[in-house]
Amino acid sequence: MTIEELEQLRIQEQERQRRLENRIYCCSAAGCLSSGGHQVRQAITEAVKAQGLDGKVEVCGTGCMGLCSRGPLVRSERDDRLYGELTPEEAAELVRASAEAEAKLAARRIDTSSPFFSKQLKIVLANSGKVDPERIQDYIAAGGYQALAKALTEMTPQEVIEEIKNSGLRGRGGAGYATGIKWELVARQPASPKYVVCNADEGDPGAFMDRSVLEGDPHRVLEGMALAGYAVGAQQGYIYVRGEYALAIQRLQTAIKQAEREHLLGNRVLETGFQFRIDVRIGAGAFVCGEETALIASIEGKRGQPKQRPPYPSESGLWGKPTLINNVETYANVPAIIERGAEWFASIGTESSKGTKVFALAGRVQNTGLIEVPMGTPLRTILFDIGGGVPEGSEFKAAQTGGPSGGCIPAEHLDTPVDYESLQKIGSIMGSGGLIVMDNTSCMVDVARFFMEFCMDESCGKCIPCRAGTVQMHEILERITKGEASMEDLDLLEQMAALLKEASLCGLGQTAPNPVLSTLQYFRQEYEAHIKEGRCPAGHCSIARAEEVRR
Amino acid sequence: MPETQTQTKSAAGAPPKDNRERMLERAMSRHNYSGDALIEVLHTAQELYGHLTPQLLATIARKLKLPPSRVLGVVTFYHFFSLAPKGEHTFIVCTGTACYVKGAQALLDKLTHRCRCKPGGTSPDGKVSVAGARCIGSCGLAPAVIYDGNILARVTPEQLDAELDRIGVQ
Repeated sequence: MTIEELEQLRIQEQERQRRLENRIYCCSAAGCLSSGGHQVRQAITEAVKAQGLDGKVEVCGTGCMGLCSRGPLVRSERDDRLYGELTPEEAAELVRASAEAEAKLAARRIDTSSPFFSKQLKIVLANSGKVDPERIQDYIAAGGYQALAKALTEMTPQEVIEEIKNSGLRGRGGAGYATGIKWELVARQPASPKYVVCNADEGDPGAFMDRSVLEGDPHRVLEGMALAGYAVGAQQGYIYVRGEYALAIQRLQTAIKQAEREHLLGNRVLETGFQFRIDVRIGAGAFVCGEETALIASIEGKRGQPKQRPPYPSESGLWGKPTLINNVETYANVPAIIERGAEWFASIGTESSKGTKVFALAGRVQNTGLIEVPMGTPLRTILFDIGGGVPEGSEFKAAQTGGPSGGCIPAEHLDTPVDYESLQKIGSIMGSGGLIVMDNTSCMVDVARFFMEFCMDESCGKCIPCRAGTVQMHEILERITKGEASMEDLDLLEQMAALLKEASLCGLGQTAPNPVLSTLQYFRQEYEAHIKEGRCPAGHCSIARAEEVRR
Repeated sequence: MPETQTQTKSAAGAPPKDNRERMLERAMSRHNYSGDALIEVLHTAQELYGHLTPQLLATIARKLKLPPSRVLGVVTFYHFFSLAPKGEHTFIVCTGTACYVKGAQALLDKLTHRCRCKPGGTSPDGKVSVAGARCIGSCGLAPAVIYDGNILARVTPEQLDAELDRIGVQ
């Protein structure tokens, strides 16, 4: 396909969609599928057929619409209305445009002017819920691959890098390294070939952002990777996806095939001299493979154990060659930056954290789901305006960010703006975007134990501080939750935490103590209640369970 | 459901026996019998056979020209690969943070107690496999359980009891 043909296809598809009487989008992300989304879609499809509306009303699947707790979600394009918690029978009513049908569905309508929607700003998720992820035409009609066309014809690789640098984009995987600088480092390496790798090994428990992006808008990630390939001078890309994400893998493979067929990937991309191929590599269930050197080992077919850095992957990565590794969400931001300019992107967010961040909102909160907010949005806005607060009758206790590498944020810090530095200052991290809300039923010692158990299971065993330290820390935490610990154990716990931070080889061990340290900092009284009084204030750990049995 | 396609495919819809060898061979030749493709080949093998037997591992090691220790090392490193056969039914309890906050531990306790096996194991009569999974991404439906490939939302221990009774677990 040439650039003119791309433009033609975009116009054609837009025209085609305009001629339709209606297009009904059924959320086909994992959340809605598991609450009956498939049956709802089937019912609508059958109703369209039964009423002879084939060719006039189109039913299509789409990516995550965000409000997972109200699933299955369906959006009707005609009047831009969103419906939730539909049964198949109700969904069939959607097809008809009558006052009667409207009255029947009134109770299922979701108010899209509510804070859940109005306080969000969507860049990465712009197409989620608006395009069919299994049709490349949908993505193209929404302006897809325009950024790639622009870069290939109007920009040099160096200019692409400058644009990313000026945008202030930072890595969305958690650490927040400046993306443009990383790209430049790889571009400057004289060795070849070079590789572009997308880290889609989303391992944090409670995080499903990358999965939603891959399932809802896979072409955006492919376009971002192709732009990266052009900028750093690579011809081969790999996406390393968790084996558990079967649907994401399937959609990615479909998307790659479509893009290759249209010459948007492969040899002679858009009939220019640029060539770029992308292959999917499927993970096999090891959390540590989210660490970049471990991920590289896994792509090479080895045990996913991290290596000492330096040399960094930008110098010596996959098969010893210069390798660029970024997270899914980072790549998903790239097409928008190239298309709309660095200045636009840099105008969103805070001084040091630009753009938006996607969060997976879950736990004891009314509106669970997938959200995207400008950097710098206060936690309170996210949890109470967008999230709708904790369920009635319970009391907010803490928000957990960053998964097993992050920390728990108590109520007193709710006004903290969400950006890389502010979260770090209060003992947590931005992380990849899991945001779990806990109320008075959560025992904070047990939360720390839960995350330590996770790290203990997932430690790869290569370095001793992590391998042995996580086991020891878990053992102490378990004793505390059983009411068998002494106050000296708390000191020991803190010593071990410092040791793991200092001496572990990779991020897994270095950050494993964070949940313990942050709960110790803000909820020390809970630890002490377990130790000194032998009781659990929240009534939710081993002590509490033992008490229940006694009663 | 997509989450467990690879696991459930092996139990019910496995292709006929003679075909499997050929399909595995094809997976290896597609990667030019390169040792780098070990994980891809293991994925295919497990999909075809349900679990990885010692003979299977020996064959793969020989064809990819890798030491058997390297193959076993990789298999045991990753949670996804299984050296033992799976039960007739599979319960996978999501142990992600959202499900944990909403009581996944009680579900896992219930299953391991009734099936008399540890997470990751199979009941002595081979009827039920119980496993915990890292976040399955259905946090809005917590606590979630994948039962024979279908996601069950907002599960209670009583519901599990009823289902275990139904399939005849003592």
